[in-house]
Amino acid sequence: MPPNINVVSLVSIGRHPQSGRARRAEQDGRAVELGLTMVGEALTVLHAGNPQNPVLRQYAGMGLPSLTVLDQASSCDAVSVLLRYLRKNPTDIVLTGVRAERGESSGMLPYLLAEQLGWPLVPKVAEIVSVQDGKADVLLALPRGQRRSVQVSLPFIATIDNAAPEARQSAFGPGSRALFSIQKGDNLADDAFMEWKISPAKPRPKRLKVVKAKTAADRMKAATAKPVGGGGKIMKQESPEEKAQAIFDLLLEEKVIR
Amino acid sequence: MSDFSLEEMLRRDPRNEWIARNRLHPLHDTVLSAEQGERRGPSGLLRKDPHLVGFIGPNGIKRIDRADVFSSVGAELAGKKRSTEAKAVSLPWHIVENPAGYIMVVADMVGGRLTRHDKDILGLAHQLATEKAAVAVVLVCFGESKETQFDLAGVDRLIHLAGQEFNGFAPEARLAALEQIETQFYPDYWLFPDSVNGGADLASRLAARLGERPATQAWQVNGTQTLCRGASSSVDIRRATPRILMLLEECADAIDSTRHQALPLQIKPLAALKKSNGSSKMLDRGMIDVDASAVPLAEAEFILSAGNGIHNWNQFHAAAAALGATEGASRVAVDDGFMPRERQVGASGTWVTARVYLAVGISGAIQHMQGIGQCDKVVAINTDAGCDMVKRADLAVIADSDAVLAELTKLANAFMASKQQTSSKQGEKSDAA
Repeated sequence: MPPNINVVSLVSIGRHPQSGRARRAEQDGRAVELGLTMVGEALTVLHAGNPQNPVLRQYAGMGLPSLTVLDQASSCDAVSVLLRYLRKNPTDIVLTGVRAERGESSGMLPYLLAEQLGWPLVPKVAEIVSVQDGKADVLLALPRGQRRSVQVSLPFIATIDNAAPEARQSAFGPGSRALFSIQKGDNLADDAFMEWKISPAKPRPKRLKVVKAKTAADRMKAATAKPVGGGGKIMKQESPEEKAQAIFDLLLEEKVIR
Repeated sequence: MSDFSLEEMLRRDPRNEWIARNRLHPLHDTVLSAEQGERRGPSGLLRKDPHLVGFIGPNGIKRIDRADVFSSVGAELAGKKRSTEAKAVSLPWHIVENPAGYIMVVADMVGGRLTRHDKDILGLAHQLATEKAAVAVVLVCFGESKETQFDLAGVDRLIHLAGQEFNGFAPEARLAALEQIETQFYPDYWLFPDSVNGGADLASRLAARLGERPATQAWQVNGTQTLCRGASSSVDIRRATPRILMLLEECADAIDSTRHQALPLQIKPLAALKKSNGSSKMLDRGMIDVDASAVPLAEAEFILSAGNGIHNWNQFHAAAAALGATEGASRVAVDDGFMPRERQVGASGTWVTARVYLAVGISGAIQHMQGIGQCDKVVAINTDAGCDMVKRADLAVIADSDAVLAELTKLANAFMASKQQTSSKQGEKSDAA
């Protein structure tokens, strides 16, 4: 892996799913981990927000000598200030999480950055296999544990899935000693977000199984009858070869055998 | 007395009535059968004999079949097929003649079929469509389609982009097609499933391209307001409904009581696509073979499951390896120690969501059938043609598992060998070129 590429990991403040406390965000931690394994201490870790936030020390404790913070209020939009930073500093790979754990958590930030910069975006990356000749081989994490190999040209933005290697443990002492380079951020307030009404999440109603039967006998049948697939094909008399071929054709048709 | 004529008088036979009341009388049956049809009581009221209802069940107990299950089965056996005719009730048509507006639903179509998530979103699209007159719900789908019931799922118009360039990982081509649709139709809403199957990715790309702020993880939507989840599902955000929506599962009920036209809708040739084709920055290299046994059972795509009917376990493991299937087992196989506990499928094991479930030697206890309730295609290999698994299966093979598994392994190995040959040939060609 060539050390002369510039990798930037974007980090945000996470939220513990049970206690709701601020923490190192799960996917952002994985993005930092991936960056560290690629380029080591040459990794730039970038945060837009309050530089006094103690959670940033948890990222620094992963073995980072320094962190770059673009100082702005937490209610401000991060896209414009990040865009300015990425345009000014030479960057080859930007790593982020898929979705933030606070705020709107729409997952739109990497897409907006990619659209504005004109860079390709690879979603839900599990691994960056190699970077060579201005091209990178990445593995995408698909549902059901599947992987897809994609070649993408530098520079690009990658969102890191939960299938990527887990973030290493954070050490308190080195985290406290890390240096922060603080730059001035924008103060463009996110007006649309201010207008929205935000309330604690209500549990979603469970979907009821509504039986549209007219008579009591029909409802009884719907409640007691075993689910029967119906219309299935049954092969009895054929030879084992024909039976196996029929099963194999179905597997091929469903594309579970590739 | 002159009011009563002899003809109008109800004639009673007290002896017959007495025999009918006495079940031990030797003439009881004949009297009853003679009186079948209409029986009048002493005051002329129509009497129904509750003893005549029903039939005697197999163990001598009287059964009353109010649901008419057996009579319809009997009718089918007699070749009348009454019940199947009754089932094919034609649903009322929902027709949009000249649509004034469009709602685009971009479906995931996992495995070429509409998912439950897609159907829920089509249902929501129809809820939104009722707020204006003459709005057509358009389904946009990419790649190969095996779906046959677009009309019952609520698709008024269909844009099916089946070209080779949309297959696999092709976000740039798909985005170009959506942009084309946007300029041609300018739909009222764009609805996407907020799913890991590519719906959220495509929606985010479109929103970034069009400069719209989408609603993500939306779960309650009407024409004016949308309720979305935010901050890792810990808060609800109430906001005005935007044009691009990414919707959670169960956001609305699927369409089930109307039939729709599903007319194909033509879009103009994709100029932007051809332009961008040469300079694509992302190149799909195809799927990577993953270790099927490392995939968690709950999310495996293809499961080969073993039950009591398996005798040759080495053969079963070899078949699973050759087919590239994740191994599962019924409770009996686990209890007997042939398979580990974490491979158990069913009520006390794992509830699986496989697209294809191949059950070998499993007769289908109800606990097991609960566990495979979400599987799309079930294939059964069993010696018992009457078992529940065969009834549930889309393809059932009545045979001993050994012979069929051996053939299957042979077929899979031959398939892999032929594939490797062609790929090596292609590699040689590209080297020569």
